[in-house]
Amino acid sequence: MSIRSQMLLAAGSVAAMLALAPAYAQETVKIGLILPMTGGQASTGKQIDNAVKLYMQQNGDIVAGKKIEVILKDDAAVPDNTKRLAQELIVNEKVNFIAGFGVTPAALAAAPLATQAKIPEIVMAAGTSIITERSPYIVRTSFTLAQSCTIIGDWAAKNGIKKVATLTSDYAPGNDALNFFKQNFTAGGGEIVEEVKVPLQNPDFSPFLQRMKDSKPDAVFVFVPAGQGGSFMKQYAERGLDKAGIKVIGPGDVMDDDLLNGMGDAALGTVTAHLYSAAHPSAANKEFVAAYKKAFGQRPGFMAVGGYDGIRLIYEALKKTGGKTDGDALIAAMKGAKWESPRGPIMIDPETRDIVQNIYIRKVEKVDGELYNVEFATFEAVKDSGKTKK
Amino acid sequence: MTTLFTILFDGVAYGMLLFVLACGLAVTLGLMNFVNLAHGAFAMTGGYICAVLVNNQGWPFFSALPLAFVVSALIGVALERTLYRHLYTRSHLDQVLFTIGLTFMSVAAVDYIMGSSRIFIKLPAALEGQFDFFGVGIGRYRLMIIVICGLLTVALQLILAKTRFGSRLRAAVDDPRAASGLGINVPQVFAFTFAFGCGLAGLGGALSAEILGLDPYFPLKFMIYFLIVVTVGGSSSITGPFLASLLLGIGDVAGKYYVPKMGPFVIYTIMIVILIWRPNGLFGRAAAR
Repeated sequence: MSIRSQMLLAAGSVAAMLALAPAYAQETVKIGLILPMTGGQASTGKQIDNAVKLYMQQNGDIVAGKKIEVILKDDAAVPDNTKRLAQELIVNEKVNFIAGFGVTPAALAAAPLATQAKIPEIVMAAGTSIITERSPYIVRTSFTLAQSCTIIGDWAAKNGIKKVATLTSDYAPGNDALNFFKQNFTAGGGEIVEEVKVPLQNPDFSPFLQRMKDSKPDAVFVFVPAGQGGSFMKQYAERGLDKAGIKVIGPGDVMDDDLLNGMGDAALGTVTAHLYSAAHPSAANKEFVAAYKKAFGQRPGFMAVGGYDGIRLIYEALKKTGGKTDGDALIAAMKGAKWESPRGPIMIDPETRDIVQNIYIRKVEKVDGELYNVEFATFEAVKDSGKTKK
Repeated sequence: MTTLFTILFDGVAYGMLLFVLACGLAVTLGLMNFVNLAHGAFAMTGGYICAVLVNNQGWPFFSALPLAFVVSALIGVALERTLYRHLYTRSHLDQVLFTIGLTFMSVAAVDYIMGSSRIFIKLPAALEGQFDFFGVGIGRYRLMIIVICGLLTVALQLILAKTRFGSRLRAAVDDPRAASGLGINVPQVFAFTFAFGCGLAGLGGALSAEILGLDPYFPLKFMIYFLIVVTVGGSSSITGPFLASLLLGIGDVAGKYYVPKMGPFVIYTIMIVILIWRPNGLFGRAAAR
């Protein structure tokens, strides 16, 4: 082959590549995922990150002709970091969505940025009611504490629990949980006999538990941050509160699937209200649990489901807008979106952009040698009462 | 009345636990004049070793405890020989910076290897629950802590006051040059003491997993408690930190029971009052340096 013909060939292949180029230069849609991957809330971040990866594996990374790219950033649940990272993602990376947010202060810190940049902020974990009111671009796929706490309050009042002692961690979500529970439980005729707020960094529950025991309630309502639930349950059993006939009730955060097995048999019989249990008996959930276990070697918890539905919401919205990434159009597409999630049927409330979902009453039982929250009653399509009351 | 005794019992157990966790720090700080903020990291190491042995390898709890001590001590001696040794003569600020860095590294390492969620050690059934002793609720596990820690305290006091090693250590601390002139191998004595302190921390960590919870942030969360024990107790003897631990343990538990709204502040109040009254701690002497 002569040099000339080689050059021709080369030129030809370059031309061919150029002709093909448009197919490759597909536009990408970027999602800035801000999660606590280190620090005390790291398990939340890991679950959500896993769930997002799993969803993208299952559904491919091309939606409406656009390639989805997720940029993961670690804020260690420190709101200042969240704000800085969100700003970097929006300004430098030009992301089309910001998502994640392990704790309420983090979600709030990013809210003004979402408003200014007019891009959707998908809250996949944080659970305080006010979050979605802080920006018209915030949509939530996790839950609010009001949803589970009002339901457990109603349930307790109707199911023969008259006197309750409460033990909640002294921080915003703990106080939210306490107030919503108290409001519905006392309205239903129940009585709060003892109210204890424990410090957030609490090494030892024993004195508080002794106080609970001495006030002789029918049940203890408990809300402590994920991770402390195990210590609480162990000391509850050690102190013999279970033998004294005192039940444990609460929102399901305390009995997170992630931690449940480590708590031991002390947790058996605990009744909680929550949005998700890995034991939820639906085909969609069985498939989800099996895929998650296979990919990451552990059981998904409710945080994972929040992330799984969060990325799905982004996919659904992009499908509806035909790949257009205009913030207002995306938010409009998300409003009223509904589908069957692993947790059951869910919908994004068109008015509040918050999630509407079933809340289940569950009891901890042993299934095949492992502890699970087994659902036995369902409250359908629960809205966030933290807002509707206003 | 019986509640009062239960509270007292819980307080003593909690105080004893604090003592075992913190007395290694009292030794390095008071006797060797070295600020080791990474002390909690050794406690965490012991806790995780015990957890892995019991939960994953199926060891019985009581044989895993001594191993938690031994391994933490070995890690302690390795680090002492390679790293700490070079910092004995440096300023306290250098020591603080170095050890706090070590603490952060240990947190990140454990987070990476073991995951960030809190873990528990599976206990034998005999240690679970409470029994009634003339109406006073006695937790079995807490009773075991009191027994183990009580024996340790007596042993430590005897070693320091009565044995040849104890007098060598005290001599090495008071005047290292004269001591080495008398044929005492000062670096060896220090290394051994340091390792022993780390081992105690490891044992404390293994014992505390059940009560305080064990996660990678343990060294940071409890650093403040160790420091309170050492400052309140004074760091020149074992008795000081021991009494300080008991006082803080009982104060903390009783405060949280009787005035739950003020509970968390009680031990800080106790600390402030004592330090105003005796700035060098309960049994402190004016700094020897």
